[in-house]
Amino acid sequence: MDVLSRNNVVITGRGDGPVLMLANGFGCDQNMWRLVTPELARHFKIVQFDHVGTGQSDVSAWSEERYSALDAYAEDILEICHELDLGPLVLVGHSVSAVFAVLAAAWEPGLFEKLILLTPSPRYIDDAGYRGGFSAEDIDELLESLDSNYLGWSESLAPVVMGNPERPELAEELSNSFCRIDPAIARVFARATFLSDNRADLGRVSVPTRVIDVAQDVIAPREVGQFVHESIPGSELVTLDAVGHCPQLSAPAATTEAIAGFAARDG
Amino acid sequence: MMPGADHAEQGPPQQQRTADGNGAQERAGYWGLPEDDPEDLYENAPCGYLSTRMDGRIVKANRTLLDWLGRSHDEVVGRMRFADLLTVGGKIYHETHFAPLVHLQHEVSGIALELRTADGTRLPVLVTSVVKTDSSGQPQLIRTTVNSARDRRAYEAELLRSREKAELEREHSQRLVSTLQQTLVPPALASPRGMEVTAHYHVASPDEVSGDFYDLFPLGKDAWGLFVGDVCGKGAPAAVLTSLARYTLRAAAVYNPDPVAVLTNLNTVLNTADHEHDPRFCTVLFGVLKPEDDGFAITLASGGHPDALLLRHSGSAEYIPTPGGQLIGVLAAPDVATTSVHLSPGDTLLLYTDGLTEAHTASDSGDRYGDEALLGYADVLAPCTASDVVSAITQLLDAFGEGLVDDTAVLALGVPARN
Repeated sequence: MDVLSRNNVVITGRGDGPVLMLANGFGCDQNMWRLVTPELARHFKIVQFDHVGTGQSDVSAWSEERYSALDAYAEDILEICHELDLGPLVLVGHSVSAVFAVLAAAWEPGLFEKLILLTPSPRYIDDAGYRGGFSAEDIDELLESLDSNYLGWSESLAPVVMGNPERPELAEELSNSFCRIDPAIARVFARATFLSDNRADLGRVSVPTRVIDVAQDVIAPREVGQFVHESIPGSELVTLDAVGHCPQLSAPAATTEAIAGFAARDG
Repeated sequence: MMPGADHAEQGPPQQQRTADGNGAQERAGYWGLPEDDPEDLYENAPCGYLSTRMDGRIVKANRTLLDWLGRSHDEVVGRMRFADLLTVGGKIYHETHFAPLVHLQHEVSGIALELRTADGTRLPVLVTSVVKTDSSGQPQLIRTTVNSARDRRAYEAELLRSREKAELEREHSQRLVSTLQQTLVPPALASPRGMEVTAHYHVASPDEVSGDFYDLFPLGKDAWGLFVGDVCGKGAPAAVLTSLARYTLRAAAVYNPDPVAVLTNLNTVLNTADHEHDPRFCTVLFGVLKPEDDGFAITLASGGHPDALLLRHSGSAEYIPTPGGQLIGVLAAPDVATTSVHLSPGDTLLLYTDGLTEAHTASDSGDRYGDEALLGYADVLAPCTASDVVSAITQLLDAFGEGLVDDTAVLALGVPARN
């Protein structure tokens, strides 16, 4: 299967606009950007995709061997960029995808004009002189809960979604599937994500970068945003007055502005 | 009424529905039952109720939920967010899945989460959230019901344990089956000098022992005995019968190597055993191999077994028929058919069990692979060494995939070609 089908690459927006690639984080799929794309699409050509193992990606391309390290996801981003051959683009990485963006830009800086890192975290577990937001025990508890098939992760307990007459734009097949993930894949993804330590990779980023964090985010607290900003040479930091790890959903207007304001700016 | 809380949701729900519609209320009145107090219905409902702003901040929580949490109204309402009530695993699920679903779909139901109570214990719950919008469709609030799922979680844990136990047992059973199967085929074949011998045992199911068997062994100076056979049935009875057939054949061949005598002795053993409730019979092809001229002479006796297939050095293939041979173990005195053939340099003799020809082919459902197709396949292969023909047959068996319903044993005897 070719790269574009494998990752369910979808291109929308303004045909002659600068290219903006949106990479969603842990959980759900490219529909995470649903509330920000209408406005962004007026100015940019938008490239979206699903990570292998999630959304409408080719699940048969997923293997535990390959996808138990975050590098594989960064390699997939590079493959998509090469295949599309749209020239240097602005890559927006949300949550763990911010780490994929950092790795991809460190390996092949020529492919990226700018990076925008939305609620990034290079390391979730607290460490000497570093506050990541979670203790090692916290993460063990999370991984244990995944191993036990408890919590919402179990596929059979995946949300049953009713028709929503007030929101007809949400097609039924979308609402039934876009946050589902095979618990076996979720386990491997969670282990790779929450045990990773990519702090050292931040210093390898050489393209202009904007870090966007959120005033109240239990997954990536403000110290983490500050750390990412200080570790990436020449980067800038914008803090949104919002709550939650997914500001593209909880504060779509402010998020759109923070993305577009940097992506469209010269230099 | 709610210190520190926004005035987003005022008062308890005013409307109630009864399970069977309006008529029920009238009947309740008629029977003189007290009308349920809405305030009390909300506060002391059998489930937890929670209202939050769109950012998750709690603006209302009922008594049931606060009791479960072991927390006071003022500790929770206006101060905490829904995610704050959850365990770490639940928090991350909430932030990465639950909240996105609520924002995009305005409704999420039946999600398993765990509450962290004031004293640190975990309370398994099932959570349903619905967004309340204003008249213009703008989201105002998230209303959430929280149902205790302690019993259900215990039940799930029990199911999980049962599944793990079943998986362990299955692994154990497969190990036993594969070990047993290994004992039914020889660990190594004693190849006569000047002959290349290759065998393959193809397992159709890792869960069940099948009754195919083969062997090749010396019979004194310059003579070798060999056989390929297939007992009726599967599983443990087939394994017992296979073992009996193999050892009887070897012992009978040492006593009197004449192929007809060997199969007659096997028939006597199988036929005299008590088999009223447990039919005991098999098909078997027994041969005696002797060096002759520049190759080997082989005499074959068949008890109802598929014919051997000869791949000639000249490039053609043909069956070596033994018509009329009857099943071993059913009749008191079965007919045993014999034939003799000379194997020249470059010739390869293939013996096999019927799992091969009875495999369902992928293309036409219900159709068996069959003798004709096998002959055509061998005709294309010939001339062919013993190891090459076995590897070709192995590929063929692999290609049948699900169509292969029975185990297959293959034994090839080849006289190397002269350069």
